[in-house]
Parts: sequence; C-alpha cells; structure tokens
Amino acid sequence: MNKADGLSYKWSIRKTKDVLCYGLIYLCAALVVVLLAGIIGYVFVRGAGSVTFRFLTSVTSVLKGTVGIAGNIVNTVLIILLTMLIATPVGVGAAIYLNEYAKPGKLIDLVEFATETLSGIPSIIFGLFGMMFFGQTLGLGYSLITGSLTLILMVLPLITRNTQEALKTVPMSYRQGAVGLGAGKWYTIRTILLPAAMSGIITGVILAIGRIVGESAALLFTAGSAKALPKSFGGVFSKIFQSGGTMTVQLYLSATSEGDFDTAFGVAVVLLVLVFLINLGTKRLAARFDVTRK
Amino acid sequence: MKNKAQKKPAEKIAESIFTVCAIVAIFAVCSITVYMIAKGTPALRNVGVSPLLFGTSWKPTAQDPQYGIFYIILTSIVGTAASVLLGVPVALLTAVFLTEVAGKKLVGIVYPAVELLAAIPSVIYGLLGLMLLNPLMYKLEKMVFADSATHQFTGGSNLISAVIVLEIMILPTVVNVSASAIRAVPEELRAASFALGAGKIQTIFKVTIPAAKSGIMTGVVLGIGRALGEAMAINMVAGGSVNLPLPFNSVRFLTTQLVSEMGYAEGLHRQVLFTVGLVLYVFIMSVNLILQKIRKGAVMDE
Repeated sequence: MNKADGLSYKWSIRKTKDVLCYGLIYLCAALVVVLLAGIIGYVFVRGAGSVTFRFLTSVTSVLKGTVGIAGNIVNTVLIILLTMLIATPVGVGAAIYLNEYAKPGKLIDLVEFATETLSGIPSIIFGLFGMMFFGQTLGLGYSLITGSLTLILMVLPLITRNTQEALKTVPMSYRQGAVGLGAGKWYTIRTILLPAAMSGIITGVILAIGRIVGESAALLFTAGSAKALPKSFGGVFSKIFQSGGTMTVQLYLSATSEGDFDTAFGVAVVLLVLVFLINLGTKRLAARFDVTRK
Repeated sequence: MKNKAQKKPAEKIAESIFTVCAIVAIFAVCSITVYMIAKGTPALRNVGVSPLLFGTSWKPTAQDPQYGIFYIILTSIVGTAASVLLGVPVALLTAVFLTEVAGKKLVGIVYPAVELLAAIPSVIYGLLGLMLLNPLMYKLEKMVFADSATHQFTGGSNLISAVIVLEIMILPTVVNVSASAIRAVPEELRAASFALGAGKIQTIFKVTIPAAKSGIMTGVVLGIGRALGEAMAINMVAGGSVNLPLPFNSVRFLTTQLVSEMGYAEGLHRQVLFTVGLVLYVFIMSVNLILQKIRKGAVMDE
C-alpha cells in the first residue's frame, strides 16, 4: 500500500464514521419527535371520544349513570387558585429580597441554597411532608388546603427564580434614576421594578400553574381523591377544607384501581390540551419579553 | 439615606416583609428535613438498622411481619442507573442535533417537541406505559420464558417497562441542560479545531462536548434526581412486588412503595414507610449536593 492509498483509506474511514455519527444524531432527534407525536396521537385517538360536554360538566355517579369529571375540574381550579394566591406574593417577595435588598453574605447564600434544594426535592417527598405536617400536625387532614399548602412549597422556587431573572434584566439606570428623583426603595420597587419585571413574574406563575395541573404524587396523600361537586356557592369555601382529587389524581385512579380506561384517556386529552396551552402561553410571553428588552 | 429610612416606616415594613418571604424557603427545607428524620428514624430503632435496610423479605401484613427494604433500595438504584445510561446518549445526541447540526427549521420542530415532552404530566406517561409497553413486554416475556417452570409471569409489568418510561421522562431535562452547555462553548474553540483540519463530527465529539463537560454533567445529575424521584408513572407500569431488580421481574421502587402502601399502612408498617421516605430523601439530598458542587465548580472555572 503506498502513501496515497493509505491516506485515502484513512479518509474513507473518517467519511464512514462521519456518516454513521450523523445518522445516529438524526435518529435520536427523530426519536424525540416521533415519541411526542405518538403520545399525542395515541391519547387523542383513545380519548377524544370520551370528551363530551356531559363528560366535562357532570360528576361520575352510579346512581345517575353519569360519567364526568366536573368535580375534578373544580378541585383543580380551586387548588391552583389557593396555591398561587399565597405562592405568588411569597415567591416574588423572596426574589425582591434576593435581588434588591440582600447584601452578599451568609443569608443570601442560605436562601439561594434552600431555593435550589427545594426545586430538587421530588413531589412524592413534598406529598409525604404535606401529609405529616399540614395534614396531621396541623390537623387539616385530606383537604384541598393541605394540598395547596404542600404545592406552595413546591412551586415557590419556580416563581422566585423567574422573578429574579426578570429583575436582573431591569437596567441599573432605572434604579439610579428613581433614587436620583428622591424615590424610596419600596416606592421604586412598586412603581418601576415590578412593572418592568411583570412578564417574568407572569411567566413564573404560568409555569407554576402548569406544574400544578400535571402534579399527582404530591396531591394523592394531601388533597385526597373525592370527586363530588360543591353543592352551593358557599360550598366552594367549605370545599377548601374537604378532600378533593384533581384531574391527574382521577386519571391515576381511573387507570389503576377503578380500571376505567375511557375516563382515564378522556382526562388525559383534557390534560394534554391544558398543558400545551400553558406551554404556548409562556412562549408568547417570553417572546414579548424579548421584544420589550430590545 | 439613613434619615429617609427613618422617615418612612413603610420602607422598613416592606424590607422586613421581603426578608420573611425569602426565609420561607429556608424554613421549608429545614422543616422537611426535620420531619423526614423525626418520622423516619423510629422504625430504624424498632426493627433494627440492618434487618430493615438490608433485609430481603418484605411481609408487612404477615402474622410475623418482616420489613426488609433492601430489594426496594436496590431497585431504585438499578432502575435509575439503567434509565440514565440509556437516556443520556440519546439526550446528548439530540442536544448536539439542536445546537450543532440542525438548521433553523428543524430546530423549530425538535425543540418544541422536547419542551412538550417535559410538560406532559407523569400520570399520562404511566397510562401509556400501562396500555402500550406492558402488553409488548408480556409478549416478550412469554417468548423468553416459554420453557421456564419457575418464572412468575408478570403480565408485562416489569423493570424494563419502568426503565423505558423513566428514560423518556428524563430526556427533556438532559437535552435542555446539555444543549445550553454546548451553546455556551466559545466559537473560537470550534474555529481553532476546523483550522487544524478537523471535520465537523470530530470537532463536535473531540472539542465541543469535552468543553461542555461540566454543563452536561449537570444535566446528567439532574436526570438522576428526576429518575430517583419519579413516582406515579412507574407505579403504574412496574408491577409492584418486592423483588430483585431483574429485567423481567415485577418490582418496587422507593417512590412506588410510598405511593402504593401509604394509603392503608398502620403502626410499625407506616413507620417503615417513613423510613423508606427517609432513604429516598437521603439519596435526593446527596444528588442535590453533588449538583451544587458541580455548578460551583463550573462557575469557578469561568
């Protein structure tokens, strides 16, 4: 074999390797897309038939012979409202502290560490803790409020993180300008920083709502699984202290102990639509955020 | 400045409220840790550390109850390791595709797909695993164990199903983190590699990926954390008998043990479940600490 042949031999090996690698890379990317398409397709084919107006507006009852998830939808909405009502101000407050007040030191490190740690704890642990602390120690039992209190801890890092990111992008000159005009810190935060960071905060809130909609492990042992609708408008408030299963919990029960796969796939369709809408919403917001930054 | 602060009590109140908000996170982590330890240790005393952690017999409701959770711990470790080993290469190559190979149009298809995979609730993965994977596994099982007299048939609810579901569920996390790590590699490195005559593939695998190593490691560790903590989806596909983690065995993970028995367990059985929670918590905290170490290291490098 002369030198030129050796070179072209090496060259062709390198070529084959390249083609092989490209093939693998494209294959993996294609796999991800096919996986998603398959999941969506299968869920819709199996479940779209179950999703009727009655399915969304009635409660499953053997007596009346109805199958529906209205109770679960109400529970989900109530849990989202309760959770976000508390988690949003606390999460935003924490971000403001971290970004605007804290001086570098032990406390800020500790808060960052705690936030980081919270976001790494899996939901089943939150569920266990919520059951022990809110459910038993505080005596709230299986109820929507126990579930919400548990979820607050879970979504707090999401809101804090997103608000912090948004606050970081507000130019320093805004703050200096406000101070120069004689505004106090709280006044500056209220009138300048928060409005400027609003899309970041809303992104965090929407992401958190998405997480709550998809959550199941943290709710099974805290909010329970009841599916009855509140009987009256006042019942909505007492419902807070009663057990209630969200859509995901209902899906889990339908697919396991109840063995009712039509309902399970019906709920899956509703969940997928919701989750995708939420995803779209955050994207829109992020895009708008970018434009205003430029 | 100081005068102003004194003049306006609103400023002071605002500051203290924000401080309290920030401390909520610290308070939460502390109370979770305290509760997990306080509730998780009594069983260690009552059953004994080694019979509990290293016992292989799980009969909580028997006449003479036995609470060995060794197989459960082992399943969590093996299941997580297998899903990460299988998932990371696919995720890494997808990240390479997104950052180095694909044009704008293809990225516009693959990237949203990754995002949506991350958004799908875990119960839906479980439901699909139950309906699609388990029957497939059952067919495979019948083929593999056709002549076996000792094998207990599981109907397809086995470790493989759980590993596949976990693998899919960790994909988006690893893809996203790796992709941003690869994106952060300075363009000069690639340019230098091309200038030395390296091809695109050589550059990707010998220059870009090694340069993005710590970011990719972060993604892998995040993936490990996700796989360890996932509960509902694998509870639906893994069967649920406490067994050695062999591919075709019906198995219990730390998380699925909690999901399936917490609802009815009482007395010592319940205490043992809290210990299972504590073991999981210790694993997760170790993963968290490693993660923060890697991140700090990455910041130092820069």
